[in-house]
Amino acid sequence: MTNEALIPVVGVITDIRKDTPDVKTFRVVTPDGKKAFEHMPGQCAMLSIPGVGEAMFSITSSPTNTEFMEFSIKKCGCVTSWLHSCEVGQMVTIRGPYGNGFPVETAFKGKNMLFIAGGIGLAPLRSVINYVRAHREDYGTVDIVYGSRSMDDLVDFKEIEEEWKNEKDFNVFLTIDREQEGWDGHVGFVPAYVKEVNIPTDRTAILCGPPIMIKFTLQALLELGFNKEQVYTTLEFRMKCGVGKCGRCNVGNKYICKDGPVFRMDQLEELPSEY
Amino acid sequence: MQKLETLMLEKAKNLLSSGEVSRVLGWKKGELGYDVEPSVFTSAQSLDNFVYNVFCGANLSKYLVQETKKEGKILVFLKPCDSYSFNQLIKEHRINKDKVYTVGVECQGKIDNYKLKENGIEVVESFDEEVDFVTVNGKKFTKGEIVLGKCSVCEKKLLDYDEVISINEKRSPDKDRFEMVKKLESMTADERYAFWKDQLSNCIRCNACRNVCPACTCTKCVFDNDNSGIASKANSDSFEEKMFHIIRAFHVAGRCTDCGECSRVCPQHIPLHLLNRKFIGDINRLYGTYQAGEDTTSKGPLTDYTKQDVDPSDVFGG
Amino acid sequence: MKKIAISNIEKLYNEISSLQELYLPVKKAGATNFAKYENGVDVDIKSLQTVKSAKDLFFPQSEDMIDFKVSGKNIEIKDARAQSNPFVLFGVRGCDLKSFEVLDKVFLQEPVDTMYKSKRDAVTVITLACNNPESSCFCKVFGVDPANPKGDIQATIVGEEMFFEPLTDKGSELLSKLTTLEDGDEKAVESEKKEISQKVEKLPFVNLDLSNFKGENLMELFDRPEWEELSKACLGCGTCTFVCPTCQCFDIRDFETNDGVKRFRCWDSCMYSEFTKMAAENPRKTQMQRYRQRFMHKLVYFPANNGGEYSCVGCGRCVKKCPQSLNIVKVIKKLGGKN
Repeated sequence: MTNEALIPVVGVITDIRKDTPDVKTFRVVTPDGKKAFEHMPGQCAMLSIPGVGEAMFSITSSPTNTEFMEFSIKKCGCVTSWLHSCEVGQMVTIRGPYGNGFPVETAFKGKNMLFIAGGIGLAPLRSVINYVRAHREDYGTVDIVYGSRSMDDLVDFKEIEEEWKNEKDFNVFLTIDREQEGWDGHVGFVPAYVKEVNIPTDRTAILCGPPIMIKFTLQALLELGFNKEQVYTTLEFRMKCGVGKCGRCNVGNKYICKDGPVFRMDQLEELPSEY
Repeated sequence: MQKLETLMLEKAKNLLSSGEVSRVLGWKKGELGYDVEPSVFTSAQSLDNFVYNVFCGANLSKYLVQETKKEGKILVFLKPCDSYSFNQLIKEHRINKDKVYTVGVECQGKIDNYKLKENGIEVVESFDEEVDFVTVNGKKFTKGEIVLGKCSVCEKKLLDYDEVISINEKRSPDKDRFEMVKKLESMTADERYAFWKDQLSNCIRCNACRNVCPACTCTKCVFDNDNSGIASKANSDSFEEKMFHIIRAFHVAGRCTDCGECSRVCPQHIPLHLLNRKFIGDINRLYGTYQAGEDTTSKGPLTDYTKQDVDPSDVFGG
Repeated sequence: MKKIAISNIEKLYNEISSLQELYLPVKKAGATNFAKYENGVDVDIKSLQTVKSAKDLFFPQSEDMIDFKVSGKNIEIKDARAQSNPFVLFGVRGCDLKSFEVLDKVFLQEPVDTMYKSKRDAVTVITLACNNPESSCFCKVFGVDPANPKGDIQATIVGEEMFFEPLTDKGSELLSKLTTLEDGDEKAVESEKKEISQKVEKLPFVNLDLSNFKGENLMELFDRPEWEELSKACLGCGTCTFVCPTCQCFDIRDFETNDGVKRFRCWDSCMYSEFTKMAAENPRKTQMQRYRQRFMHKLVYFPANNGGEYSCVGCGRCVKKCPQSLNIVKVIKKLGGKN
């Protein structure tokens, strides 16, 4: 990262994929067709449209992708709505990478992995999952439990079906909240499904999704016999600078943008519950 | 003063213990004498810190917007100027009157903390309302020199309450309320622009004036709304702080009771009340003398239409 | 040691400003703030405190960052950060000087904030001892000696004269260029400093106990029920944060101009309800939570990350300026320890 932390570079949207009714995945490169910068799984970038605003997004694509970056973005605020309405060829600004990312090279190495995601929560996990696939020999068995409101709300469904399910020692468990025509998979909420599948406790778990899902899934994991030290999650907070100076994402003595967004559950216990 | 405070305290304790009210909105002692703060008291014990003296300048009425949404009835002490804001808030349906027990209290003017500091006053030896001189490190000041601007021109009366606690007659104001407005009106446009440019360029957009203003009760202010296109925390150009204050003055025109809180709280001492007072003067001239908050039911001149309404061009030409 | 008669001090201002831009306390429309020295300004060196602190000079309330040119789908980025010329900052009190150390810990930490650093590097600070500290002053609690503010040059007013003592190479260099100054005697300054120290000892808040504010008490302090009462009257305005010399939260915003978009950063306040608001959630919904954040940050979170250094310098501006007289002293007295 340069010293010019707050000054972005120009990026171009070269592909827009509609994943679900309210999630689109944007491919971004620099005007000369390169990746804007290198990153680690779980790290984020600031995207902005001048005049509309700047916002932090987790980088969905894996660092092992050498050609471009992807961002899966749910339409919910100012910047995201604008992005959803734009077309291929649109320029944006981009700066980063920000945050600590997942400890893929340290704590995760050699471990059996359990990924649990709800809705758009798959976006940051996709980066890790594909990183694990690219370095398959460094990690053990991988279980993925992913749930969404409906079949149509499952992000990256195609990649899950065609690639993840065929990966060696990958077990993918999908669930949707309510019965739906054309769906013959599991129906029910993620926390209950996690208990139902009865995943062995030797896994390192990563949780990502809406706060309520995280709360109940953590409970389910603890009931299964997991320790808090085995469970990781990512926090979401409003951010402006991305480098721990603007003060916005300060919770306790941590800055989510710099010390997070990835936290271990036992670390979160030492923080005020203001997230 | 001491006596007034004792009577108020007795009243608060009685109403609390009888269950007539569950809370008391008043003022609480600070650490330095002058740093008195508005407070909600819930027990006889908490009333140990209750205070009523020359530093109780803060207008309590706006707190009732939130407080009357809660369970139970609340006792509020209202100085004459606070009462006008209170009435105006009742009129605008911001306060639930059924949940308030009002006690009007005598006021002979409150001290301006900034004027204390400016004069290097550290110790105020006498808080007494009846005493005109405040002894400070041997130096004498008349109360008129150090009261809030709003108090030196105050013509407000005690209005209609559940009860009144008052011992002495209120003194008449020292000055004409419109003196400075008239002075500004007599300036040339350039002089007036220079005056406001100087004053408003000190604005730090802290929003104290807006947040304290009993007429500013929008749930979401347009200046806080990112979608409005004019939301901004700082002045991105020098014209912006002028617009903020002018728009705010327009928004409270006809509803501003001239309680003077905007000027009392401005950290840069900008005489913001002059903008509102200009409107009040114009309304008086165009529609007949009108005091917002004098009652809880009448229609304000700017929200009512009558065939007798004057056309501004009749007054200003054009 | 150099000196000048106060009656002659305009000459000194003129001489300094002929060498470099000079910023000093100036009274305008009834309020004293740091401003550029120019002909006709009303210099107010005797007021103890400016309304806005001296942080304004390094971290201005509003500061341009980028000019964007937008045409169709294209965006062009032009760096709009201003260049800093060397300048002299005159009349900085001990508390504000200490605040620079606090701000340095934020802005000079990697990645270095270039907008802040360029101004910090460009400054020569002339401090001014506080002859008459006020009842709202409690800088001593945070290790500040108002009699001895260690700037590049330290100035002390003794009677009708001002004395100057260089403390850094930068200070010596500037002082050596100033011909309006004459040689002065140290003795007068020493006795004035002693007198100031005695006055400080008599201030009401000089012995505030901070011993509870430790990282290991973070969760306990956060959960204290007193926050509710302490924050009750808070209006949610930003006065305390904007007059505070150490508050450094900022926002980054875009402003549409006639021919593009200007991105600027500006002061922000954790007291504002919008501060942490996201599209769907706001983690700090109540004013109590926001109030608690401000003081926990200054007294607990910041020290936990910075070797015990507090993010308050005891200047007392919040004591004087809070519309409803809430302030950090009340928080310290309630939660700090034996107060």
